[in-house]
Amino acid sequence: MSILLDERTRVIVQGFTGDKGTFHAKEMIAYGTNVVGGVTPGKGGAKHLGRPVFNTVKEAVADTGASASLILVPAPFCADAIMEAADAGIRLVVTITDGVPAQDMMRVKRYLWRYAKERRTTLIGPNCAGIISAGRAMMGIMPGHIYARGPIGVVTRSGTLGYEAAAQMKALGTGNTTSVGIGGDPINGSSFVDILALFEQDPDTEAVMMIGEIGGPQEADAALFVKEQMTKPVVGYVAGLTAPKGRRMGHAGAIISAFGDTAAEKAEIMRSAGLIVAPSPAELGATVVHALRQQPSRRVMVRQ
Amino acid sequence: MDIHEYQAKELLSGFGVPVPKGGVAYSAEQAVYRASEVGGTRWVVKAQIHSGARGKAGGVKLCPTDADVRQAAKDLLGKTLVTAQTGAEGLPVHRLLVEQALPIERELYVGLVLDRKRERIVVVAHPHGGMEIEEIAQREPAAILREEVEPAVGMQGFQARELAFGLGLAAPQVNQAVTAILGAYRAFRELDATMVEINPLVVTQDGRVLALDVKMSFDDNAMFRRPNVAELRDYAQEDPREAEAAEHGLNYVALEGDIGCIINGAGLAMATMDMIKHAGGEPANFLDIGGGASPDRVAAAFRLVLSDKKVRAILVNVFAGINRCEWVAQGVVQAVREVHVPVPLVVRLAGTNVEEGRRILTDSGLPIVTADTLSEAAERVVAARNQVRAA
Repeated sequence: MSILLDERTRVIVQGFTGDKGTFHAKEMIAYGTNVVGGVTPGKGGAKHLGRPVFNTVKEAVADTGASASLILVPAPFCADAIMEAADAGIRLVVTITDGVPAQDMMRVKRYLWRYAKERRTTLIGPNCAGIISAGRAMMGIMPGHIYARGPIGVVTRSGTLGYEAAAQMKALGTGNTTSVGIGGDPINGSSFVDILALFEQDPDTEAVMMIGEIGGPQEADAALFVKEQMTKPVVGYVAGLTAPKGRRMGHAGAIISAFGDTAAEKAEIMRSAGLIVAPSPAELGATVVHALRQQPSRRVMVRQ
Repeated sequence: MDIHEYQAKELLSGFGVPVPKGGVAYSAEQAVYRASEVGGTRWVVKAQIHSGARGKAGGVKLCPTDADVRQAAKDLLGKTLVTAQTGAEGLPVHRLLVEQALPIERELYVGLVLDRKRERIVVVAHPHGGMEIEEIAQREPAAILREEVEPAVGMQGFQARELAFGLGLAAPQVNQAVTAILGAYRAFRELDATMVEINPLVVTQDGRVLALDVKMSFDDNAMFRRPNVAELRDYAQEDPREAEAAEHGLNYVALEGDIGCIINGAGLAMATMDMIKHAGGEPANFLDIGGGASPDRVAAAFRLVLSDKKVRAILVNVFAGINRCEWVAQGVVQAVREVHVPVPLVVRLAGTNVEEGRRILTDSGLPIVTADTLSEAAERVVAARNQVRAA
């Protein structure tokens, strides 16, 4: 099992025929992802990588039954592409593009709420590496071969630090159910809490690793969620203990976010909420493996 | 991206926010001319730097005569101001704002900011403007007035009225404050700001409400559609190396230590710096080379890191996904041949085609120390740095 994505998920790519869309769609197909087509306005009716191209997401959904979309369109058009996917009934949108204006994301988030919960879109990203369910499928730009199957769920704001964690786990002989990059932007689609809740429900995930960054309230919210709602062990790490205090303008930012922005503060919040904090980024894998061993086995046999 | 106070006031006044009469000056003569142009009997000469807390640092001078304006301008221009918000290196003063000085009755605080937690624009206000607003927010957070703006419909009049009455304004001033707050909101929204701060918003003795000091910051990601804001950028207020880095698509921040860092991805960069610290070293910089590690970009990264004369050793740490390790290794080899690197170099590659990448580094015959893991890389670069120090 995995969360959000598996080998049956029908995936389209928005920005399918562009350089990036082509490159990453090929990689995704090679990994085993069920890519059923793509969207490039104006190129509808063509074939690309042996799959149909559509003018609109609605057409793509009607024709292919797609339920997930990977967005690789340039930043100025990203908000529009996400809302189009949501309106067409796509349930999972993964946005890789970086550089999306924050106020665009504010409006996108508000727009997603107009749909009833039963058909609401889950948005991952923007500015992220995407999602991979190890050995099953990927929607993203990560190097698939560094991920091994295993019982650990990963949720990370950083792309390359997520790769680092995956490689460390693989080197220790373990791996991931699913690894989710939620992206580093100030306003992003899914938060740590959203993804932690999915891992808590997933029967194959036995432990979770969350990798945070400096700035923003999401790590503190996640720590509270772990404390109150989660039964599985969660290992945390926040990069940036040596990060300099940035220059700043004015007071408004400080007024709305009094405590918990630095790496040290976030690590402290995690520790006091009962998370196991990895002592260094070189010990991400070792710490989560140790946490798993401490855990009484409650694994349900699942046929792979 | 930040802009100067005088620029922010020009922008805001275009949205109906009342500001004092004033103008920008680049020289003492111009400052005197501006003073006569704006009229009145007393003036304030304000150093224009991308920072607050200028008053306490001596960057704001009250001038009763022309001669005082000239002297204040001479004193400030060319000076480097260090304030509580600039960091120790301070910021250079090349421009002044000359304004009519006004008799002030009350000072209030109004700030608009993108709240990451609520994912909305939030307007915060307090009846006492000034420097102590952060301490007030910590001590009695309940005293901060707050209005969240619903993104679908924008800020409503009643929200601005609630703030204005909450600030304790009398009826004649409430309407003026509402105009100022709604104008600031529209500027925030329509110019893709990330922060608009009016501190203080003042009530003058003759009953006018004015934005006496203003700060604005903008979303870099949105500047492609705000060319009139983007052109206000003042490179003199930025670290020249950071500006140069941005031109090459790199993200560079200078730090205090002596180990130069070249890394892909902000998170991995931070983590690598943490590891260097664990191993007993201090990073000289944060440098994220982003996704594509082309030879040109790697060469630019080396030049940037080496422009810091404190650097005694360099660590390259790249986790190659899409850019395979052999490309990154070729980039590093080419860059080292092109740019003279006079300090020890440790390279850690991981990810796609890592063996091939390492082979290219070894076969190059260049004095490159390789490392397999993050901790190895950090230990080796700190050891190399120590040898240089001992020599």
